[in-house]
Amino acid sequence: MTRFIDKDTRVLVQGITGSQGAFHTRLMREYGTKIVAGTVPGRGGQTIEGLPVYDTVVEAKEGHGVDASIIFVPAPNVLNAALESVEAGVDPVVVITEGMPVRDSIELMAMARLKGTTVVGPNTPGLIKVGECKMGIMPAQVFKRGKVGVISRSGTLFYEVAANITQAGLGQSTCVGLGGDPVVGLDYVDVLRWFEEDPETKAVALIGEIGGDAEERAAAFIKDGGFTKPVAAYIAGRAAVPGKRMGHAGAIIQGNSGTAESKMNALRDAGVTVGELPSHVAEALKRLL
Amino acid sequence: MKLLEYEAKEYFRRHEIPTPQGRMVTTPREAHEYAAELGKPVVIKVQLPVGGRGKAGGIRFADTPEEAAEAAEALLGTRIKGLPVEKLYVEEKLRIVNEIYLGVTVDRRNKSYVVLASSEGGMDIEEVAAETPDRIVRHLVDPVHGLRGYHANLVAKRLGYGGMKMLQFAAFVESLYGLAFEMDAELTEINPLAEVEDGFTAADARLNVDNNALFRHRELEERLMESYQGELTEREMDKGLTYVELDGDIGVIGNGAGLTMATLDTVMLHGGRAANFLDLGGGATPERIGEAAEFVLRDERTKALLVNVLGGITRCDHIAQGVVAARRRVAVEKPVVVRMMGTNEEEGRRILREAGIETLRSMEDAAELAVKLTEAI
Repeated sequence: MTRFIDKDTRVLVQGITGSQGAFHTRLMREYGTKIVAGTVPGRGGQTIEGLPVYDTVVEAKEGHGVDASIIFVPAPNVLNAALESVEAGVDPVVVITEGMPVRDSIELMAMARLKGTTVVGPNTPGLIKVGECKMGIMPAQVFKRGKVGVISRSGTLFYEVAANITQAGLGQSTCVGLGGDPVVGLDYVDVLRWFEEDPETKAVALIGEIGGDAEERAAAFIKDGGFTKPVAAYIAGRAAVPGKRMGHAGAIIQGNSGTAESKMNALRDAGVTVGELPSHVAEALKRLL
Repeated sequence: MKLLEYEAKEYFRRHEIPTPQGRMVTTPREAHEYAAELGKPVVIKVQLPVGGRGKAGGIRFADTPEEAAEAAEALLGTRIKGLPVEKLYVEEKLRIVNEIYLGVTVDRRNKSYVVLASSEGGMDIEEVAAETPDRIVRHLVDPVHGLRGYHANLVAKRLGYGGMKMLQFAAFVESLYGLAFEMDAELTEINPLAEVEDGFTAADARLNVDNNALFRHRELEERLMESYQGELTEREMDKGLTYVELDGDIGVIGNGAGLTMATLDTVMLHGGRAANFLDLGGGATPERIGEAAEFVLRDERTKALLVNVLGGITRCDHIAQGVVAARRRVAVEKPVVVRMMGTNEEEGRRILREAGIETLRSMEDAAELAVKLTEAI
C-alpha cells in the first residue's frame, strides 16, 4: 500500500446490494468515508443509496477513479471479487467476508504479492483512520482521534481495547484488524512498519490471540529495533485448552507453539508491556505516553 | 472436518494413492468374513476422529479369521478416549521395511501449502520437529507454480531415495499434494507411510477438510450433517455459532472469538473456571441467542451464566430478549450476569432490569461477580 487510507481515499464497495454491504455502506458514509461506487455482477446501471452500481470493477474505476475496495460478497465468490480488484490495480483490498476457504486465501495472497497489493483480511473488521475514513464494520462510537495505533487479529476484542483507549483519553490514530483466519494478507510486522513511519502514531496497542506465530514474529521485529515506539499488548486465550478450536480458524493451539505464554514471554522479552487483562493495555499506554 | 481413516482412504484411492487392501466393518462377523476373503493376517483398527489410538489399545492384529472376529468383539462397544467404538477397519497386515511420515498442510507464515516428510515415521511428528528438526524435510509449495514433478523428486532425494524408489516416492508426494489441493485439506498426512519391498503404501490416512470449503464438496457436507446428529459438544450448533465444552462451572457466552476467549481468561484470573466457550459470532438473532443461553443453562455442570457482548452488528436488545426468553424456558434458577455495551444498549438494559437481571458495563466486574455468585452456591 503506497499510503494510508484517509479522507480523500475513493472507496468501492463490492457486494453493495447485499444486506451487510448496504447496511455498512450507509454507516461508512455517515462516518465520512468517500464511497464512490459499488459493484454487483448483473446489477450494473442500478443505484443504491444514491451510489452507482457497476457490473465490474474496471468499469467502476473508469467512471470514478477508485483507489481502494471493501468486499462483502459471500465466501464462495470472494476469491473472484478480490482478484478482480487486485488485477484492476485497486489498493488496498479489504475483505470483510467470513468463511473464505484457506486454499482461496493462499491464491489471493500470492497474486496480491505479485501485484504489490495490500490485502486486509479476510474475516477482518477492517481498518479505520479515525475521524477520516472507515473501511470496515467496527462501531464508530468507540473511536476518538488520538495517538495510539491499534493492531488486532480479533474483532470484538479490538473494539473492547479501543473503547478503553478512548476512555483513557488517549484516542487512536489508525486501527487495523488483521483478520482471524489462518492465512491473511497483513501481519503485525507489516502494520508496525507503517506505524513506525506514521508521525501521528506515538504508541501501539497490540492485541493478539493463541495460534500461529504472528505475535512471536512481531516480538522479534520489535526486539531487533524495527519498531521503536512504546507498545502495550494483550493476548487472549490463556484459559484455552490445547487442541480445542475456539471459534477463529486461527485460534488453535498446536503443540507448544502458539500458546498465550509463548507469545506473552516473547513480547515481554522484546520490552513490550503485556497486560493480564484487556483493560491493562490502555492503563499501560497511559503510563507509557 | 476430520475424516475417519477408512473415509480418507476412499479419497486416497480415487487419487491413485497406494493403500493396503481394507474394509470398514461394524460387526465381528463382517470382520471374520473379510479376513477370510483376504486370506492373510490382518490388522484391526478402531475408527475414531482422535490420534494416538494405538497407544490407547485401539489397534489389534489377527492371524486367522477367528482371531479377527475375536478382536472385533473385544473392540466394538468399548470407549476409547471417551468415544464409543462403532466402526473398525480391517486391513491386510504389511511387511514394513521402513516407516515414513508424509504430510501436506497450510503454512500460515508463508501463506502457502507445505509438504513435510520425515524418515522418522510412526512417531509423533511434532515431537520429531521439536527435538530433531533436521530430520524433517520441508518443501514450501509456490502458490503460483504449484508442486511439479521435480519438486517431488527433490523431496524424495532429501529423504535418501534414489532410482526406482525415488520415482515411486515422488509419485506419492505429487498425488498427496494433488489430493490436498483438490479436497481443500487443512491437513492430510500419512503416518506411517509404509515402505514395503516393492514400493510404498499408506498404512494410515488422515484427511482434515477445511469446513469453509464444504460448498465445493457437497457429499462431505451431507456426511458432516449425519455424523453430528445428536452430538452436543464441539459442534457448530448453527452457522456462525461455536461451542466448545470445558471443565469448569461458569457458562460463558460472548460475541467474537477473541472477546469470548478474553472472558475465559478474566474468569480464570478471578479464580473461576468456565464450563464452556460459546461464541455467538456476529449479528445473532434473539432466537439464536435464546437457544444458546438455554443450551448453556440446561447444562447440569453450569452453576451460573456470564454473558459478555460488545454490540456492533449484534444488538444489545436482542441479547436481552434472548437471555430473558431462555431463563423463562429453563425452570432451574441459576444466577445470570450480563455485561453489554454498544448498539441499543439502553433498551437492552431496560429489558433485563424488568426481568431482574443485573447488567454491568465492565467485563472485569462482570467476571468477578459471576465467580463470586458461583462460589456462593
